[in-house]
Amino acid sequence: MRLLMGNEACVEGAIAAGMRFFAGYPITPSTEVAEWAALRLPEVGGKFIQMEDEIAGMAATIGGAIAGKKAMTATSGPGFSLKVENIGYAAMAEIPCVIINVMRSGPSTGLPTSPSQGDVMQARWGSHGDYPAIALAPSSVSEAYYVTIKAFNYAEKYRTPVIVLMDEIIGHLREGIELPEKLDMEIIDRKRPTCAPEDFKAYKVPEGEIVPPMPGFGEGYRYHITGLIHDETGFPTNSMEAAGKLCSHLMSKVEDNVKDLIEFELIDVTDCDVLVLTYGGTARTVSATKKLAEAAGIKMGIFRLITVWPFPEDELREIVAKHNIKHVLVAELNHGQIVREVDRALKGAAGVHHIGKINGDILYPKEVLQKLQEVKANG
Amino acid sequence: MADIMASNLIRQTFRTDKLPHIWCQGCGHGVLMRAAAQAILNVGFDPDKVCIVSGIGCSSRAPGYMNYNTLHTTHGRAIAFATGVKLAKPELHVIVMTGDGDAAAIGGNHFIHAARRNIGITTIVFNNSIYGMTGGQYSPTTPMYDTATTAPYGNIEQTFDLCKLADASGASYVARTTAYHVPQAIKIFEKALLNKGFSVVDAISGCPTYYGRKNKKGNAVQMMKWMKDNSIDFKTAEKMTADEIKDKIITGEYKNAPAPEYCEIYQKEVIDKVLKGDAI
Ligand SMILES: Cc1ncc(C[n+]2csc(CCOP(=O)(O)OP(=O)(O)O)c2C)c(N)n1
Repeated sequence: MRLLMGNEACVEGAIAAGMRFFAGYPITPSTEVAEWAALRLPEVGGKFIQMEDEIAGMAATIGGAIAGKKAMTATSGPGFSLKVENIGYAAMAEIPCVIINVMRSGPSTGLPTSPSQGDVMQARWGSHGDYPAIALAPSSVSEAYYVTIKAFNYAEKYRTPVIVLMDEIIGHLREGIELPEKLDMEIIDRKRPTCAPEDFKAYKVPEGEIVPPMPGFGEGYRYHITGLIHDETGFPTNSMEAAGKLCSHLMSKVEDNVKDLIEFELIDVTDCDVLVLTYGGTARTVSATKKLAEAAGIKMGIFRLITVWPFPEDELREIVAKHNIKHVLVAELNHGQIVREVDRALKGAAGVHHIGKINGDILYPKEVLQKLQEVKANG
Repeated sequence: MADIMASNLIRQTFRTDKLPHIWCQGCGHGVLMRAAAQAILNVGFDPDKVCIVSGIGCSSRAPGYMNYNTLHTTHGRAIAFATGVKLAKPELHVIVMTGDGDAAAIGGNHFIHAARRNIGITTIVFNNSIYGMTGGQYSPTTPMYDTATTAPYGNIEQTFDLCKLADASGASYVARTTAYHVPQAIKIFEKALLNKGFSVVDAISGCPTYYGRKNKKGNAVQMMKWMKDNSIDFKTAEKMTADEIKDKIITGEYKNAPAPEYCEIYQKEVIDKVLKGDAI
């Protein structure tokens, strides 16, 4: 058993997943991720570099992945804003990589040391154009470890950037964690091509596969990578047919596999008066509210997102229908972000309510309880 | 070595099915690309270990035509991507082909920091004193009082001297050449490639379409002639007054001072020491 911070646990998880390259730039409250990576990577023969800014941190991370390594960067609000152009590049060029975003209070420089969950929509839509997003939100230190491993697995399997949406609560939380000697989890590595270099088409998806195999630079397959629209050879083209094909492929590789990507935890959803949907650090407030709610005579169910993007809309709709749930309360540390997804998913099938906060403080159980009481009283 | 037939050179180093290139007639970029290809061939690098990275701009289209591991990135970020490639796999010969806007405006920060680290990357700036791709806006190397589409009354900003910038930032090999001086360009590129640390070549290119036309510098041939007639070497320049060298292109080797390379230091001073248990 070790006592680790969420930020440190991320790095341990990443190393267990095979991460051997980290490029970043310090920013509160994510800095310990970089510090721990700087300390730990050389011990496993990996490389760490502190770049001149977050744009460079993202660029070098993608470069490391192209050279064949599993690569990661970490940041927080202002830095995440700087990274988004290159996150779009990684999505377009299908470069696997992981971005840890330890959310702090915004907008702008905001309250650097205070928690928030205000970057949820940015994680989905931050870069321009239509591209898919995968984002996972851990609620404990040990979950930060496992979620980071999963993030690498998804990145490698779907060849796309994956975001670990931490918040300051989990990033700076210290908890006991059992680091397994032998990992009881599959580790996924990107597939390498097996054909002769002259037959290699860098962006051709083989029959029955989700994404093309990806050789590292220097492995004998000389190919071209670009952020421009490209055809299956990887070279730029202005063809609308090729553009349509590529953009649809980028979207569908995630949309067709939501079942593989979606993970959530359900607690006492049968017969509940109100289902509380939450994620990340706020989920801890919500679970602490449960006892209070019961004492107040409210049956409270919990739907805790682990995968935030893609959002489990079908699953939520099914659960609400199956258990005849009348009210869903979304608890999140922002002015209302995931609540929009919930509203969109439920299409009026249940009352949708929100409790949030944007003053840098966390949500407290008594506040959630009060909201539950209001919701129950009104309907 | 230098007398390999062009067709032979093209077959060995280019993706011939991607030609012709996108550049305008008379653009200097193609000449510089060819000279760089010749230099890569001459130094005898294993083509599978050569990686060419670029940003966005006319110049940044060069790697797409060249038969190596090629990476066309985002505007200004080529050197940052290249830093990741190089550090992750130091055995690769990493070359950046970039423009004056790409390297010195939007990418200026990456340029100086890569130089400061002396990381093993050779950066060739295709310097045409203008933003070509976007249609002729002024760049950090547009001469003062020249015109551009965004400087219709003349450019009132000072220019960067990329050699001085690279030198002051810590690059270990720095030189300047032009698209007219092909044999010199090839030699300089070779030396830049063989230097283990960060090398910068400020390679003067001509953009007759935007810079030339806007500034009445004539057509492609006249711009080439201008490069020929106005270039002097660094040694000659030393003996001239500031006024005499004002409008000259000073070419040749500006700095050749080999110094420990970043990835080698990381391996030796960090990884090896940590693994041996004798890190500080
Ligand atoms: C973030 C971003 N900003 C602006 C642009 C538009 N843009 C494309 S190329 C370019 C300038 C290129 O000039 P230079 O680097 O000198 O290369 P040249 O085209 O002259 O070879 C600009 C401003 C862009 N693609 N991305």
